[in-house]
Amino acid sequence: MEYFVQQLVNGLTLGSIYGLIAIGYTMVYGIIGMVNFAHGDIFMLGGFAALIVYLVLVGLFGGVPIALALFVMIIVAMLMTGLWNWVIEKMAYRPLRGSFRLAPLITAIGMSIALSNFIQVTQGPRNKPIPPLVSSVYNVFGISISLKQIIIVVVTAVLLTIFWYIVNHTPLGRAQRATEQDRKMAALLGIDVDKTISITFVMGAALAAVAGTMYLMYYGVIVFTDGFTPGVKAFTAAVLGGIGSLPGAVLGGLMIGLIESLWSAYFTIDYKDVATFSILAIVLIFKPSGILGRPEVEKV
Amino acid sequence: MANITNTPESAGSNLMARALREAFYAGLVALGLFVLFVGLKTDQNILNELVLVQRWGLLAVFVAIAAVGRFLSVAFIRPYLAERKASKASAGVKEPGFVTRNFSMIAVAVLLVYPPIMVAIFGFQGSLKWVDNFGIQILIYVMLAWGLNIVVGLAGLLDLGYVAFYAVGAYSYALLSSYFGLSFWVLLPMAGIFAALWGMILGFPVLRLKGDYLAIVTLAFGEIIRLVLINWTAVTKGTFGISGIAKASVFGIWSFDVSASNNFAKVFGLPMSSAYYKIFLFYLILALCLLTAFVTIRLRRMPIGRAWEALREDEIACRSLGINTVTTKLTAFATGAMFGGFAGSFFAVRQGFVSPESFVFLESAIILAIVVLGGMGSLIGIAVAATLMIGGTELLREMEFLKHIFGPDFTPELYRMLIFGLAMIIVMVWKPRGFVGSREPTAFLRERKNVSGSFTKEGHG
Repeated sequence: MEYFVQQLVNGLTLGSIYGLIAIGYTMVYGIIGMVNFAHGDIFMLGGFAALIVYLVLVGLFGGVPIALALFVMIIVAMLMTGLWNWVIEKMAYRPLRGSFRLAPLITAIGMSIALSNFIQVTQGPRNKPIPPLVSSVYNVFGISISLKQIIIVVVTAVLLTIFWYIVNHTPLGRAQRATEQDRKMAALLGIDVDKTISITFVMGAALAAVAGTMYLMYYGVIVFTDGFTPGVKAFTAAVLGGIGSLPGAVLGGLMIGLIESLWSAYFTIDYKDVATFSILAIVLIFKPSGILGRPEVEKV
Repeated sequence: MANITNTPESAGSNLMARALREAFYAGLVALGLFVLFVGLKTDQNILNELVLVQRWGLLAVFVAIAAVGRFLSVAFIRPYLAERKASKASAGVKEPGFVTRNFSMIAVAVLLVYPPIMVAIFGFQGSLKWVDNFGIQILIYVMLAWGLNIVVGLAGLLDLGYVAFYAVGAYSYALLSSYFGLSFWVLLPMAGIFAALWGMILGFPVLRLKGDYLAIVTLAFGEIIRLVLINWTAVTKGTFGISGIAKASVFGIWSFDVSASNNFAKVFGLPMSSAYYKIFLFYLILALCLLTAFVTIRLRRMPIGRAWEALREDEIACRSLGINTVTTKLTAFATGAMFGGFAGSFFAVRQGFVSPESFVFLESAIILAIVVLGGMGSLIGIAVAATLMIGGTELLREMEFLKHIFGPDFTPELYRMLIFGLAMIIVMVWKPRGFVGSREPTAFLRERKNVSGSFTKEGHG
């Protein structure tokens, strides 16, 4: 039983990271109907930004209180990836809006290849380990919960609350939802559609940056290829939860995290990704629009 | 950017001012983008700790390039392009020339004489690189892209896991030939059949899925196949891969094994060289490519091909006309997968070694990119796209002279994939409909009219 709960905690932590990345996929998909394949690499970029900020902080001030360091890392990484995604959207995706559906997908795949190789070229191909930032572990009823895990879950919960509030209760969120429903009509009603889409990309990137920072803190190592697997899993999470739906993305992320850690705990760790992808296939076969997705109604 | 209309006199100075302003912003943005990633480099010191190396000079170069590039683009390139577009619009349409009309014939003729010409120019050893690295490599991708074209271009089913069938083909040949000693000519059709079977196994559950859901499930399927290949070490030897795969022979008559008595060079009394085998492989893959093209062209005229194209344009209309979408989709998956399987077994024969490393998602992405860049459904466009993208990146391996410019530490190979990714973006933004944006209609009334690419819809099926 304790073992089970322990795995549940681990899965929840992992799932939070996936959920944060998945939101970026789902929002961009919701608003312009495009699978932003480069999002996983934006996440990796965020991790690298956090890593470099950490090294700068250590280099400039020697020892820095960890809480402060983490805060600065998150903020800088968010700004950094936000700027990156803003530029990427403007240069690579916007010219193709209104083009056929596969065009932006191909550009996004190209962007993903370019981004990971850019980091490989500029930062080197080796693993980048950092000393553990947070190492305390608490023992609650025989279950060991590390401070890292608490930080990840709490930060995710706080961000999601802020995010949920923005989307549901602010003029910006209203503009986003309107643009999602009908871009032309939204434009006619005076919503700056381009700006709204840009902001959506920036928001998605900022959340991915947080996920990147958390990933770096949790595993203590990052490498330029790290964008792909978490990216694909987060996309899987978004689809599993029903792409376009925000709660769906989080739910999907948590589910993927749980499946992964429970499978590794009780079966073989080698096939954990196979299990994840198989469950995705099975869910989609029986519920093609995802768990919380609205079924698509085709009008003829 | 708003389109501001100016009077001609003030336009020049206004334009310069705007260009300067935008150049400044571009520099600022570039500074923000690159300050962490280019200005600082993470390196390991002797204690294996990460340390930062500062590279402010390089950062300055990046910022300068961004600013100057933006300036040139706003001040000169855009007005020039606008002018050219205006003059082009008034010039009218040109009649296609001799080369354009007979492009495919000329291309096949050139390919047939390609190896002898290369041998004549570079000698047997020197031609290896050109026949193998360029010829065979490009033709493999042409074949894969033509195979995927059946699924994506004709039937409109977005498949992100095509490399799985390539892997199935390669591993069927590698395993069956090393465990049972079967020959290439027996295993080539078998690899195709296995891949087609897997195509149906994948196709069956995803019949109900559409668009991006289909994309993610096919991606997942590709990853599952790769992970199984990695982890099922008892059979596939995991990441070590299978090496020492038997070579193909000329229909069993002449062999290319050095020790065999019917060795090609020995039979004809030629000096020993590995170039014969490569040239044979070149013609083999060329034949396979032409087979793919022939089958695609014929199928498009058959009811099943028409059904695929109908499915791509509108699934609901297709169903209401009584077309069985289940068999239509499954045959598309199976046919596409079969050619992937052929290409895979050829790949195994050519490399003599297969490992899961060769079947990563990136390969699927490259193949899909070639199909889309080639204009979805246009065979010639796809071949041109494959030549440009694969040949272009292969050329980067040859850029030895760059070492003289940037110093001996400069390795152009490192930039290969970076440039490939950027090229994908640039080509897509520049020509969203691919290199050949128009295609001939399959069915027409009385006379052929060219269908502009922008009229044909891609499928959602």
